[in-house]
Amino acid sequence: MKLDDMTQRCGEWLRGSGPEADIVMSSRIRLARNLADFPFIRRCTPVDRQAIVKAVDKRVLKDAARKDAGLDKILLIDVNKLERVDRQFLVERQLISRELSESEGAAAVAINESETFGLMINEEDHLRLQVMHSGFDLTGAWERISRIDDFLEAKLTYAFDDRLGFLTACPTNVGTGMRVSVMLHLPALVLTRQLEKVFRALQKISLAVRGLYGEGSQASGHFYQISNQITLGRSEEELIEQVSDVVPMIIEYERKAREFLIKESQKDLHDRVSRAYALLCGAQTISSEETMDLLSSVRMGVNLGLIHDLEIPVINKLFIHTQPAHLQKIRGGSLDRADRNIERAMYLRQNLRPDGNGSSKN
Amino acid sequence: MKCQHCEKPATFHVTEITGSEEEREVQEVHLCEICFREYISQPEEPVEPAASLLGALAQQFKIGKTAEKLAKLDAQTCPVCGISFQEFRQVGRLGCPHDYQSFGDELEPLLLNIHGAVEHKGKRPKRGASQRQGELLRLRREMQEAIEREDYERASELRDEIRGREVD
Repeated sequence: MKLDDMTQRCGEWLRGSGPEADIVMSSRIRLARNLADFPFIRRCTPVDRQAIVKAVDKRVLKDAARKDAGLDKILLIDVNKLERVDRQFLVERQLISRELSESEGAAAVAINESETFGLMINEEDHLRLQVMHSGFDLTGAWERISRIDDFLEAKLTYAFDDRLGFLTACPTNVGTGMRVSVMLHLPALVLTRQLEKVFRALQKISLAVRGLYGEGSQASGHFYQISNQITLGRSEEELIEQVSDVVPMIIEYERKAREFLIKESQKDLHDRVSRAYALLCGAQTISSEETMDLLSSVRMGVNLGLIHDLEIPVINKLFIHTQPAHLQKIRGGSLDRADRNIERAMYLRQNLRPDGNGSSKN
Repeated sequence: MKCQHCEKPATFHVTEITGSEEEREVQEVHLCEICFREYISQPEEPVEPAASLLGALAQQFKIGKTAEKLAKLDAQTCPVCGISFQEFRQVGRLGCPHDYQSFGDELEPLLLNIHGAVEHKGKRPKRGASQRQGELLRLRREMQEAIEREDYERASELRDEIRGREVD
């Protein structure tokens, strides 16, 4: 498996299956872990950083028993050796954070073939494990990541304190080191302007809302990540439950808003969806923001049965593949903004037109 | 069903969730579109700022501390990694696992502020390893310092000691 092969396919978490997949794009759990024998990243020497990557590679990724833990077909990518566009490419695929992509000094990411598991090495913490599943499946994600965590723990010595739990570079992650997040597609709540209200309620129960690309990112494409803020004093199961309890309510709000739009303004809604689809199929140059916005309408249109000749996985893929680094990787060369907009429009036409400049299925 | 604020049919059914997490109160509100618009545009009581670390830190350190006391706090350093409390306060990242002990008195109220708790509940590593944690860190730092002051004899002693421990 090589990085360049990844442009031909997309992560399994985009396949649009799993419970409530029309509204829940993905469920993700990440664990922050540090090795007891090294200082936290901020105080690591370049030699320390290399030693950490080496230790993980040797003791975990090359261990004979890794397959039993579900660590099969792992690709270890040295982030330092990557070109800027490749780093950005991994960020767009949600495999590494912006922080890791900008890091200086040894840093790496290990990913599995289906891109549902990722292990960032030398990010804010020595290790950041993540498991990402399609649809609303936190239980499945937790079972999997916990098993991988057990395997790592048997091979490496984690920094752990009996009272405070897993020790992390930032006190906001100490304890379980766990962030549980669910990515929701909420276009109808945006259209009916109810979103803010829902989010204010979430803040009151100390859940955080972020955009598609996590902390500080814009909520483009009407995607919102709901996640826990607290990591200490509650067990992993309790943290999962906190998010799991609230997600069905938000799904219900979104469904009601969709029903309302269908009932009260079906013509307007149908018009909005059809125009969005037509624009995406016909545009000659288009920005990333506009694309996300239109794809969001089309995605809702498919889920509501207003568009019949398109499948959700195709749209899910387009959200990711029309981003700057992806376009450049697919095209095989660096493009400035204007060229990217032209390339993006062409890519959309090829992937969306039912009459086939390229197929509508991947 | 009629709108609770006027006579028109209610088309929006809002479930209000209020109260703390332990005592969540749920209230149903039924409204027509016009009253609903009005309802959602009402300003709510301000939401507490999200648990931002630097915000919480700044808040905590402004309260009841003289400049003199602050300066003293800031000058504290961790004996294992050498980070000062001031550096942590400025960047929000700790230098090593031992800092949780070194700066324990200051971190405790901060953790309480962020998490509402100071005791871990949940998964624990199966292997007990807390005894030797920090020792290797300290030895490596000492070796680094020995090299810097060109005390190679001490550095090589330390190196051997580190190697011995790494094998464990």
